[in-house]
Amino acid sequence: MTQPISGQGAKADRTQLPAPGPTRPFPFPAIEKSTLPNGLRVWTVRHTQVPLVAFTLLIRRGASSDPAGKDGLAAVTADMLDEGSGDRSAIEIHEALARLGAQFDTDIGSDATVTSVTVLSRFTRRALELLSDVVVRPAIRESDFSRVRQLRLHRLTQMRDMPGAVADRAFLKLVYGPHSYGHSPIGSETALASMQVDDVRAFHARAIRPGVSTLIAVGDCDHAAMVQMASEAFADWTGAGDAEPADAGSLPQSARLNIVPRARAPQSELRIGQVSAARDTPDYHPLVVANTILGGQFVSRINLNLREDKGLTYGARTAFEFRRRSGPFVLQVSVQTSGTAKAIEESLAEIAGIRGSRPVTAAELELGIAALTRGYARSFETGEQIGRGALQLALYDLPDDYFEQFVPRIERVTAEDVSRVMSRHLDPARMVTLVVGDLDVVGKDLEALGLGDPVILPPEAF
Amino acid sequence: MNIPFTRHTLDNGLDILLHEDHACPIVAVNIWYHVGSKNEQPGRTGFAHLFEHLMFEGSQHHDHGFFQPLQGAGATLNGSTNADRTNYWEVVPTGALELALWMESDRMGYLLPALTEAKFTNQRDVVLNERRQNYENRPYGLAPMALLAALFPPEHPYHWTTIGDVADLQAAKLDEVRAFFRRYYHPANASIALAGDVDPDEALALVDRYFGEIDAGERVAPIHVDASLPRDIRIQFEDRIELPRLYLAWITPAMFAEGDADLDLATDLLANGKTSRLYRRLVFDERLATDVSASQNSREMMGYAQITATAAPGHTLAELERVIFEEIARLAAEGPTDEEIERGRVQAEAQFMFRLQTVGGFGGKSDQLNAYNVFLKDPSYFPKDLARYQVCTKASLQAVVNRYLDPARRVTLSIVPHGRASLAAPDSTTAAVS
Repeated sequence: MTQPISGQGAKADRTQLPAPGPTRPFPFPAIEKSTLPNGLRVWTVRHTQVPLVAFTLLIRRGASSDPAGKDGLAAVTADMLDEGSGDRSAIEIHEALARLGAQFDTDIGSDATVTSVTVLSRFTRRALELLSDVVVRPAIRESDFSRVRQLRLHRLTQMRDMPGAVADRAFLKLVYGPHSYGHSPIGSETALASMQVDDVRAFHARAIRPGVSTLIAVGDCDHAAMVQMASEAFADWTGAGDAEPADAGSLPQSARLNIVPRARAPQSELRIGQVSAARDTPDYHPLVVANTILGGQFVSRINLNLREDKGLTYGARTAFEFRRRSGPFVLQVSVQTSGTAKAIEESLAEIAGIRGSRPVTAAELELGIAALTRGYARSFETGEQIGRGALQLALYDLPDDYFEQFVPRIERVTAEDVSRVMSRHLDPARMVTLVVGDLDVVGKDLEALGLGDPVILPPEAF
Repeated sequence: MNIPFTRHTLDNGLDILLHEDHACPIVAVNIWYHVGSKNEQPGRTGFAHLFEHLMFEGSQHHDHGFFQPLQGAGATLNGSTNADRTNYWEVVPTGALELALWMESDRMGYLLPALTEAKFTNQRDVVLNERRQNYENRPYGLAPMALLAALFPPEHPYHWTTIGDVADLQAAKLDEVRAFFRRYYHPANASIALAGDVDPDEALALVDRYFGEIDAGERVAPIHVDASLPRDIRIQFEDRIELPRLYLAWITPAMFAEGDADLDLATDLLANGKTSRLYRRLVFDERLATDVSASQNSREMMGYAQITATAAPGHTLAELERVIFEEIARLAAEGPTDEEIERGRVQAEAQFMFRLQTVGGFGGKSDQLNAYNVFLKDPSYFPKDLARYQVCTKASLQAVVNRYLDPARRVTLSIVPHGRASLAAPDSTTAAVS
């Protein structure tokens, strides 16, 4: 197979970088849509590169639907889906999936529960039947529930020693308080300890319903055939689902600087942020560009500063976690203990800078826009990626031409837009800083930051 | 099922593998250098990986960092180092292939003129922070250090982790970086794969233009150092954790060697997922553990199999150890069931199909072509690789379990909460880890 090469071509010109050629037009995946009589939406995308089919079942109810005092219920319910169905045990369900070589996963977020199965095309029908078994007819037995709950309690115990997990949970509590976005899906030890199997059954009955669900199939599948298959598999699933949780009350006014002590920690885990924009904000595209420049890519301001200039961290990033209701903006970084105060100071200065005192330059804007648009096609390479893309449309009620419109909308963002939306959606007065680190070593430096005395939070609070 | 390709070799010895896939307007550029932490010396560990970081800091003709032009062209990119190899990749829009080749060839041919003490110091600090984040400040994070140090003797190239020892990283010198580059980073020790929306003639001409001028460099002789465990080495250390965890490890066949695929399947059916024997007993039925997992970690010289289980509160690692060896003994005596063999076959087929979905990135088609080329000199190995799993039988699985998962020759590592040494597997001596 080896072929010789002539070596007769042009010599390399290393005086300048070759300019990238034009982007080849790319047809975005077309989604065919139907709705079954029970309210389940069935969306299909033909994608035939590899003989696989990727199913994604979106249920638009997640951890923010946890009832008061029952933080973690949605996640336990999601966990219980594949713990047996009908007469079959949890093990038997997983044996059936394994016989298909299926990749099976359940994911829970604030706004949604997502179950996905990817299989070889020849097992399409079997996979759909199994998906329906776990979602529609989970056994939810007492003995399985007690084991699943126990495992989750053990997990929470272990998370106390994971600085990143402690930081994530503490941060949500600080910025949201009792709001339904104020807890991680896994919930709390107190809530889990008092939870009963009937709570799970009730949650399944009110939230895991076809009226709030979308089945997305990507692969070599004909739309009409898939609708037929889904209507058979999901025929006995009924219900509209309960109401989406509403925003309740006002957000807490937390201290600007907080620390969860972790003695002798070699690094401080930092979270800096606040409650910010929802997914339906008209400022979505400018915010995406702004975040890319601030902390959304390797060459972002924050990463270049903290990592490439100062060597304080392995990496720093920021994100607007867009949700159905106002989601958090968060900067997250793990820095060497001795650099804790410096990293906070620099991070806050970068956030203040992009709000207007140090507006983005033309070069930064061009790079940020190009990074988001030129490689956009790569988000549609696999069936699972296409499924996740379609899921965004279904979860956030985005229009059919969303993918086509993404690139032109990003390209229209200006430097003024960036300053405007960052000023509007980031407020230094409400910005909360959280440190999980060695209080004895960093305490003095933190006091000197001018953010007030750090509030010490006990680790067992999270 | 395969990855169709053509192979070409430049005069300087650089292998080029081309795979066309026009589904998406993107091209994957993937380069392997056949050097990893096993090429390091004791006292100088962590070097190959630290060096990988410096490859992103600019080269002679573009001394402004590696990421900026590529991200500006819409690329995604990364690199990684393990014991046996270092890889670098970009996935670029079709029109940016030439840019990626320009950048990769410049750092292959012209890295050293742009290398400075300041870059070196900065990236050493970054790596020390990577080590803190991923190992030192993470529960059970120092397990790999303790396991590898016990599995392989001090002079063996697999004795240390790829991230390296802190003292070694701090002792590293810029001159050593230069020597390392000259020894390992050149066409004769590299392989480049392009996969995706490429015109083969055009791509080949571009590779030739940018890489053809680079000196071949010395061939790097393969290294092989044997290792075997003399006995059951029982060690423990205390960590900032709540639940004790048991690690069992054995030296096993090398990647692609006889027995490697069987051990993959055997470790899967022992402890991978809810259908596995150990999950069922330890987590589901007897509730002694919160989790259990197993893997055959294949490497170029040899592999090591590993089983890991975390004790549920109120249980000791001695209890877990007993059940795990009961199940190993049962598998050794009776072999797998027909159902387990059948599941293993279908899962292998599906896993290999999943591997055909992406052209680039870690594990994409370009990365696989390079793996087969660098380790086996056979980029057409994909279907043969799958066949290794399809020919496994009850007898062959039973044989590897008997031969390799030997209770008398293994490493038994216990990590226990501070002050709770009694939870460790019995007769363990304290290991020093950092």
